[in-house]
Formats: sequence, structure tokens, C-alpha cells
Amino acid sequence: MKKSHIFILVVIAAAVGIIMSTMADASTYSTFTIARQQAAAGNPAKVHVVGTLPRDSDKRPVGLEYDPVVNPNYFAFTMVDTLHVAQRVVYRNPKPQDMDKSEQVVIVGAMKDGVFEADQILTKCPSKYVEKDLGKTGPPATAMNN
Amino acid sequence: MNLFVGNLGQAGIILAFVAAAVAAYGYFQAARGRALGEADASWLRLARGAFFVHGAAVLTVVVCLFNIIYLHRYEYYYAWAHSSNHLPVQYMISCFWEAQEGSFLLWIFWHVVLGLGIMKFNKQWEAPVLAVFATVQTFLVSMILGVVVAGVKIGSSPFILLRDFMVDLPVWKTNPDFVPKDGSGLNPLLQNYWMVIHPPTLFLGFALTLVPFAFAIAGLWKKELTTWVKPALPWTALGGAVLGVGIMMGAYWAYETLNFGGFWNWDPVENAVYIPWLVLIAALHGMVLWQRRRTGLRTAFALVVATFVLILYATFLTRSGVLGNASVHSFTDLGLSGQLIIYLVFFAVGAIALLAYRWKSIPISEKELTAYSPELWVFIGATVLCLAAFQVVATTSIPVYNAFLGFIGIKSNLALPADQIQHYTRIQLWAGVLIGIVSGIAQVLWWRPAKEPVINSLATPTMLALLTTALVVLLTRYFGHAMSVPYVILLLAGLFAIMTNVSAIFGLWRRGVQLSGGAVAHLGIALMLLGILASAGYSNTISRNVSGKLISREMSDTDNENNVLLWRNETGAMNGYDVTYAGQYLDVPGVPGYVNTTLLYRTDDEYKAVARGEVKAGDKTYYHTGDTLGILPENTYYRVDYNDKKTGQKFTLYPRAQVNEEMGGLLASPALQRFWDHDIYSHISSVPDPRKEIPWSPAIPHELSVGDTLFLNDYFAVFRAIEQAHEVPGIKLLPGDIALQADMIVTGEKGRQYHAHPVFLLRDHQVGHIPEIVEDLGLKLTLDQIDPVKGKFTFAISTTGKDYIILKATEKPFINLLWGGTLLMGFGLVLSMRQRKAARAVAAAQPAGRTGTAHQQVAVS
Repeated sequence: MKKSHIFILVVIAAAVGIIMSTMADASTYSTFTIARQQAAAGNPAKVHVVGTLPRDSDKRPVGLEYDPVVNPNYFAFTMVDTLHVAQRVVYRNPKPQDMDKSEQVVIVGAMKDGVFEADQILTKCPSKYVEKDLGKTGPPATAMNN
Repeated sequence: MNLFVGNLGQAGIILAFVAAAVAAYGYFQAARGRALGEADASWLRLARGAFFVHGAAVLTVVVCLFNIIYLHRYEYYYAWAHSSNHLPVQYMISCFWEAQEGSFLLWIFWHVVLGLGIMKFNKQWEAPVLAVFATVQTFLVSMILGVVVAGVKIGSSPFILLRDFMVDLPVWKTNPDFVPKDGSGLNPLLQNYWMVIHPPTLFLGFALTLVPFAFAIAGLWKKELTTWVKPALPWTALGGAVLGVGIMMGAYWAYETLNFGGFWNWDPVENAVYIPWLVLIAALHGMVLWQRRRTGLRTAFALVVATFVLILYATFLTRSGVLGNASVHSFTDLGLSGQLIIYLVFFAVGAIALLAYRWKSIPISEKELTAYSPELWVFIGATVLCLAAFQVVATTSIPVYNAFLGFIGIKSNLALPADQIQHYTRIQLWAGVLIGIVSGIAQVLWWRPAKEPVINSLATPTMLALLTTALVVLLTRYFGHAMSVPYVILLLAGLFAIMTNVSAIFGLWRRGVQLSGGAVAHLGIALMLLGILASAGYSNTISRNVSGKLISREMSDTDNENNVLLWRNETGAMNGYDVTYAGQYLDVPGVPGYVNTTLLYRTDDEYKAVARGEVKAGDKTYYHTGDTLGILPENTYYRVDYNDKKTGQKFTLYPRAQVNEEMGGLLASPALQRFWDHDIYSHISSVPDPRKEIPWSPAIPHELSVGDTLFLNDYFAVFRAIEQAHEVPGIKLLPGDIALQADMIVTGEKGRQYHAHPVFLLRDHQVGHIPEIVEDLGLKLTLDQIDPVKGKFTFAISTTGKDYIILKATEKPFINLLWGGTLLMGFGLVLSMRQRKAARAVAAAQPAGRTGTAHQQVAVS
């Protein structure tokens, strides 16, 4: 075997190792039900859960708990996942400012002692992407009426 | 409404597209079947003309788009969506490339410039190289074409009218010529000077990767399998410098503007440019190996092609919407995925097929490499770079696997790793270690004088690196930090690279040879590695709650408690510092620094305020009481005073937050205090929502006479006098008005005194009250009634919750090594590019008999 062949084998081995580490570290998009099962089985793997915040008739989210005077590093809320399972979530950081308006929330974390401990919250806001609404720059109300 | 500019711009786009296609065909015909440098003259003339027309058309499009933004032509969607009336000119430039269309345009523009550069500097290669250029341009311009052919929309034009974009608005029925008065504004995060220069730099770097690719393709096509390397090398070195510096500019912007607490977040958008840069640097090494040592040509070919394909892949990742939720800052999805895939596949398949076809004819070196040959170490280094890139591409592509599997009907729910930093660090750290060691060895061997034994060249730098490592580890221990084994090894590798490269530079200098650009660039990389190790590995949270207040609920998770609450004007003890939140400030154009909001009486016009007192900076007074001044209301700056308990050093930071409905809330940006050996980095995590009306308690009346003292919970107020008011903020007094103001002094915490002047205004038998708000104390004082007979005055007092901020502060040790190393790396690469050009000039001069400068040895690597 030539030296160059050994070199190529080493490179291939490294590449396979990298792929395996990617697969081992990759998380999954999951649901609260599966996250609970995992926790019960003692599997500490962190998952992504996609969901929405329950809202009242005025479209305000309900069940947000954040009182910075008591503890600025404790934010708790209820999220409903795509299968309509509700779950209390705890995020040990200040409340993200765009939480109230978020259309969709992705949380990353795992169940622990009956609550979902989130490490990350990614929010998607209605107009974060394409502007589809004139907003306050739009025509005055009178212009719409005549 | 000005439809002309848009029509002109649109015509420019179509002309640019057609001209690029004509140029591509013309150059193809000019070069076809002919040897290099003997292109068909008439086809060449046609193609060159078409390329000039293409360039002129692109320039017209750029001018038209800028005109639309600059003159606030909100009838166009692009101007309306990305700009606004109050946007300063420099940020109008950033609007230009905020969206996909503008950034494509920027990229296209750079290709034109580079194409002209090749016409000038590489005449022989013009036809085949520009054939590739013009083909790329045809694809790129198609992305902004915005025409519908047979029901398929091709590209997205920046010149679309608002009424054609938002067809459903009711206003068009009543007024088809409606033009909004103001735009919806540039994302405030992008209102930063780095966003003015970072995108052009990055896209110039993107564009520069096309040059070696086009040369390699031209070489394969014209069977010039070895000669293409030489003209392509300086362009590649420049590309490495520009792309590398461009990436780090983005990192610097993120560090200064975003609040994730660092300079790199492993976001797919960041990764998408990091990957091709790594491979580009590997390709550069392959090309240098061929040029200097006649080996590694196949590597060079493969990596140059890979770099360009990865640039296309990065474009697909960031612009097709495939990343979805995985990235916080990818571009808006414009439905271009199909077009982007065709673009990617066309060049990837075409280039790889051509390379495979010629593979056997590419010369290889018969030299057997040993551990003493620097070539071997350069090879290993390039391989490590590629493996590092491979890891990032394998993980960043996870959303692509999902999309692909979904496309063929398999449901996949893979997500990016939950802890990305840990995942990437596991490989990238060891790649860094190997790069440090291998680059050091390769440099020493490369420049070693033939007679000197290897052991001599390596011994001194190795000893020095070991000694310095031991010293640093001891010092780190002394300052109370642990150092894990991987960190020690990275430190050693970084120091080894520094010592070897310094010794290489020093050795060359002693031999009277020019400074080696390669050694300088490697030195820069080594410094960057150490800067990353120190600033990311030893980032130290200052804002830990050490005031002794127990928080019952989660004492278990104290590690996460990285934010503290600071009441206005109260001092909190943090890790090593006393920190005071001292109020809210605004930026007033023309006044240096920031102005306390308590000095500003806000008016109906968001951008105007009336001074309530002297507005001073230093000794100079800029505005007097009652003056109207312009303010920038978007950003509120929160003044935070720091006092280092150990050194007694004091400094003030102004982290800012902006209300941004578009992004769904408040956006905080950090403030930095720079020291030579560390940065103090702090940002607001939360504040009471400034958009909500302040909830005042019901007013409680107090009847006072002049001279009385009023007790209000923790404070007391002395009613000193009643006087005539000559100036009332926000109101112009008319003759006949009677304006009276109470002169009160409120004493707050630590004996701090506040003057309050609530005003009682009588105009045409009507009473007006202008209350005084003492923001610091959360007090509102209104002079409600005056009883002139009894000499009694009734004040209505309301209170509100005190103002506070939630702050996070961290210390970033030695981050300047990273920025300094970046500059050194860029400088080294540019130096080596110039040296290559000089070497070529020398070589060109030699046959002509002018050997005057030829004896000078040029050090390049």
C-alpha cells in the first residue's frame, strides 16, 4: 500500500467520524408527548418543539409569567404544540421581547421534573419576513372611506 | 409618481441579461477550437462589446435603484419596504443591499468590475475566462429579471411597484396613484456603519472566487492544464483576504449590534460563507504548491471548483428559504428556489464533468513526499481545512436533508444540534490545533536553508512555545481560572505557530529577503486562534447577582442567572464591579454623547423635543431652556456607570434598545468598553415596555402653602415659591396668558435633589395643567388648584413603579487578538498577492534582457 493510500484512508475515516458526530448531535423536531416519554425513559436528549401560545379573545397570550422584580432570570409560559398538547415551559433567562407578538415559537430543551426546560426560544413574528401590510405608513383613514 | 426611473431600471435589467447572454455566446465562439490567446477577432470584438453593454446596463440599474431609495419614491415596493424619510444617507446605502434583489445586484456589479480587470490584466485569457464570467452573469441577472414567461415567474425585480406587489389593498380601488408618505424603514439592526461596508466586502469576496474558477475552467477547456495557475494566483490570494476580512466584519457587526453575547453564533447564514472561505484557502495552498514546487495540481483544480460550487450552495442555502426556522437572519424567500437549484446544478455538474473528463491528463508529481518536505505538511493543512469545512457543511445542511427527504416522500424530523457551540467546537477546535501545528512546521521547512538540519530550525520555536504555554497556564491558574486539556493544547498549537512564523520572518529578514506575505498571514491566523480561545473560552459573566438577595425559587440553577435587575439610580454589586443604572438618554444630532431624557420635553413630532434645561456637553452649552431640538427617537440609551472595585477605575456604558414593531418587540444592542486586554460587553435584556402607557396611580390631592414640606413615601418635597412662568416647554405663551409655576425641590435617594415646576396656565378663562414628571422617582406633580384668598395651593400627586433595567454584562478577555489577527491575515495575503505580481513582472522582464531587478529573491508562500 502506498503512502497516499494510507492518507486517503485516514481522510475517509475522519469524514465518516464527522458524519457520525453530526448525526449523533442532531436534535429532532418533536412533540411534548414524545419529550415526556423520553424523560420518563431517562433519555436526556434535547428536542425542538414547534408550537403556539394560547391567546385570549383580544389575541393576548395567556399564562406568561415573568416578574423581573422577583427574578429576572425566570420566565414561564404555556405552549401548545402542533398536536394540541399544552405544556408548561420554563426559560431561565429574561423573557424574549418579541414573545407577545410571535406567531410561532420553537423551543429547544428537554422535560425535567414535569416542566419543559427550554435552553433556547426562537420566535417567528408575523411580519418578520415579507411586508404585506402598509402599517402606520398607510393612507389615512379618511382616504379609505371616500 | 415617477414611473420613468423604474421603467429605465427594468429595461436596464433586461438589457443586462440579453447582453450577458450575447457576451457568453460571443466569447464561447471566439475561444472555440482555437488555442489560448488566438481568439477569433470578430467574435471577440462582438463579445467584448456585449460585455461593455452589459456593464453599462448594470450600472444604469444600480443608479436607478439608488435613485428610487435616495429620493424616497415610495411608489416602488423596494423603497417603501426598506427605507424611510428619516433615514440618514449612509444607511440608504445599506437599504440598497438589504434585500435579495439589491444584494444580487451588488454581486453582479463586482463581477462586471472583475471582468474588466481580467480584460486589462490577463489579455491572453480574455475569451475563455470571460465566457465563464458572462455565463455566470446571465444566471445572476435572471434572478432579478422579474418577468413572467409561459406562466413561470423568472427572478424578482427590485423595480416592482407597490400597487403591483400588494394588489389586495383597498386603497388602489379609490386611488390607483396612491403613494405612501413614508417608508416602513430599514431594520434598525442594519443601521450600523458595518452594514455599509460589510456586504460590499463580502460580495467582492464572493465575486473573487469566480476568478480562479473561471481560469480553471478555461484551463480545462483549452487544455492549458498548468498555465492557468499563475495568472489566477494573485486573484485567489486577494479573494482569500477580502472574503476572510468580510466574514470577520460580519462577526464584528454581530458582536457590536446583536445581543447573543459573542461574535459567532454558528447561524447557517454565517456558516454559509465560512465554508467556502476555508476551501478557498485550501485551494490557494494547492495553487501555491503547484506554482512553487510543481506538485498538487489536481488538488488545486478540485478545490478551486469546490470553492465555487460551495459559493453557489451557500447562495442556495441563504436565499431559497430552505433554512426556514433554522436561521434567524436568512433572506426573505422570494420563490427563487427552482432558479437557484438550476444555477447550482448547471455549474456543479458542468465543472465536475469537465474536470473528470480531463482528470487523467492533469500532470502529477512523481516526487515522493517525506516528512521533511514542506509540501506534505501543506497538503495535510489543506486537508484539515477541507475536513473542517466538511463538518460545518454536513451539519448546516440538516434542513436541506429534511427538504430533500420530504421531496421524495420520506418524512424526516432532524433538527440542528441543540447545543451548536459544543457540536462545532468539538471538531473546529482540533482543526485549529492541527492548523497551528502544521502551518508552523510547513513554514519552517519551506524557508529552511538547505544546509540547516530540520531539528535546528524547529528546536527554538518549539522550546519557546512550550515555555510560554507553561507560563500562560500558570498565570491563568493564578487568576483563578481552570484550563482544560484541549484548551492547553490549542494554546500550545497557537503559540507554536506564532513562534515558528516569527522565526521564519526573522530568518528571512536576516538573509535580506523581502517580508513573506505567507508567514505574516499565518501569524495572523495564529493570533486569531488565541483570540478565539481567550475571548470565547474565558468569557466571564459579570452580571451575577451577588447582592446576597435570596431568590427562593431556583437556587439550584444559579449557573444560568446571568442577568441582574438594576433600579434607576441604585447601585448593584456585581462580580467585581459596582454598577449603577443612571437613566435613559437619547441621541441629539449635533450634541456629542447622549442627552438625558429628563432634560427633554417630547412633542407631538417624534423627532423634535424642547429643552427643559441647559443641554451641555463638557463646558459648552448646545441648547438653552425652551429651545427646540432635533432628536433621534428610535434608540433609547440606558446609562450604566461601572466602578471596578479592585482598581477603582470608572467608566460609563450606554447599551441601547429600540422599539421595533417589525421585529416583534424591543431590540437591544450592546455597548462595549474596550481595554487593551479585554472588553466589557453589556446589553439590556429587558426593560419596562416603553410602548405601554405609564400606569399612574390615582392622584392624591395635597393642600400646601408656600414653604411647606410634603412627605411622599420615601421622598420629601419642599414647596419653595410660586412664580410667573416665562417659558413653558411645548407651549407657546400668548399675550394675556397667565402662567404660574410652583418651584419645588424633591429630595430622592442619597439626598439627590430634583427641581420640579408644575405649571398652572390660565388662557381665556380656561385652566390648563402642565404636570412635572420626575422620571427618576416615578413621581407626577400637578398644580391642580390655586386659592388666592387663603394662599393655598392644591397639588395632585401620582406615582408609578420605578424604572429599572435587566442587564447582562460579560468580560471578553483578549478579544483584540482576534481583530488584530484578522487584519494581519488580510495584510499578509495582500502582501503575497503583490509579491506574486512582482515576481511575474520580474519574470516578464527577464527575457527582454533587463535583469536589473531579477537577482532580487522574492519570498512568497
